[in-house]
Amino acid sequence: MSANEFYSLHVNGEKMSVQDSWVGESLLYVLRERLGLPGTKGACEQGECGSCTVIMNGEAVCACLVMAATAVNSEIVTVEGITSGSELTDVQQSFVEEGAVQCGFCTPGLIVAVHHLLDKNPEPSELEVKEAISGNICRCTGYGRVFAAVEATIRSRNDVK
Amino acid sequence: MAVIVAKELNTALAALREHHDARLIQGGTDLMVEINFNHVKPTTMISLRDVASLRTIRRDQPGTLSIGSGVPYSVIEGEPVLSDIPALAQAARTVGSPQIRAAGSLGGNLGTCSPAGDTLPVMFALDAMIHLNTLDSTRVVSIHDFMTGVKRSVRQHDEIITSIDFPIINGWQGYSKVGVRNAMVISVASACLVADHENASVRLALGSVGPTIIRCREAEAWLKSSQDLSAGQSISLEVANEFGRRAAGESSPIDDHRSTAQYRRHAISVLASRLLRKAYP
Repeated sequence: MSANEFYSLHVNGEKMSVQDSWVGESLLYVLRERLGLPGTKGACEQGECGSCTVIMNGEAVCACLVMAATAVNSEIVTVEGITSGSELTDVQQSFVEEGAVQCGFCTPGLIVAVHHLLDKNPEPSELEVKEAISGNICRCTGYGRVFAAVEATIRSRNDVK
Repeated sequence: MAVIVAKELNTALAALREHHDARLIQGGTDLMVEINFNHVKPTTMISLRDVASLRTIRRDQPGTLSIGSGVPYSVIEGEPVLSDIPALAQAARTVGSPQIRAAGSLGGNLGTCSPAGDTLPVMFALDAMIHLNTLDSTRVVSIHDFMTGVKRSVRQHDEIITSIDFPIINGWQGYSKVGVRNAMVISVASACLVADHENASVRLALGSVGPTIIRCREAEAWLKSSQDLSAGQSISLEVANEFGRRAAGESSPIDDHRSTAQYRRHAISVLASRLLRKAYP
């Protein structure tokens, strides 16, 4: 694959072609600037902050640390892809109701990380929740309301059962 | 710039031999940071992400666990590594965050070869053996010969690190590190201690306190000559503290933006003492 070639990524169940890009671009940059998916946020670009968290082949990863052109065989899900249409997911609804959003910049990454946690572990302990979002930095909320939103989601899922 | 996404090891090895400018990329947790910040501008990249043979854990020979260079830390944290090489599982769990552990690997730690690489002290304590392949040859190098300095190793341009062999040892083992918080830290000082009950000995390796990982041969020898290190023994606080002082004496830390040499030496004495007391409570 050279500089002027096209390549395709599988994002949110769709095959999307990336054109006119430098092939060293990060997945974060490609999602936002080439594929029109700005939900994934960019801040530190060194894997420290987690605001660019996406799901890649079933694992939560930092999109800034993935060279997009190496992800041609991977399934990628972004925050835009965790819900179909304009409905909020139960995690997103809980974040709104519990006031877990202040400036909102870290929120998409947290939403993806929490979805990933609850998919793998529907009944996490408090420590497991803390560990699961330890790579998502929020400088506004102090995390208390984020934990409350995760607990509210687990409670509402149990009520449905 | 060109990106080659290899699915087979031989494809990657052939590309590596053909392109003298090529850089290898596995999880990207080190190299992508340098690329994002324009510190390096590679012209050819060979991605190992899709090479499945580098992502296996095998127990081919009795007493040895062989871990593929691309197995992510999120897998190393769990079984079978947790039971067979518990210090390695612990070290893997201290790396970064879940997102980083889903990407980072032993091959990356070895490829970068930073003295702060979290899993390197475990490799030094366990005398791990590193397997390197070229298109037409293989060799096995002891970790003690592999790492030669800060971000320097004996890996040649056309070689790929394929797997790392760890001996399964009977006895307590653990890994501790000091950093400014629990998640997402590069260690200020780290230590791996392995008790070997069969040989009635203890091995100790230190990270982030020298240009390479440091094996505390003198502290180990002093302990073996003065204490019974077989199973079921107990070691006093006085002996553990003396062991810690001797280990700190073998470290050679520097002052940098993360900490001071003086604090690092102190941290090593505490880590070594605590690990020894956990091994022989």
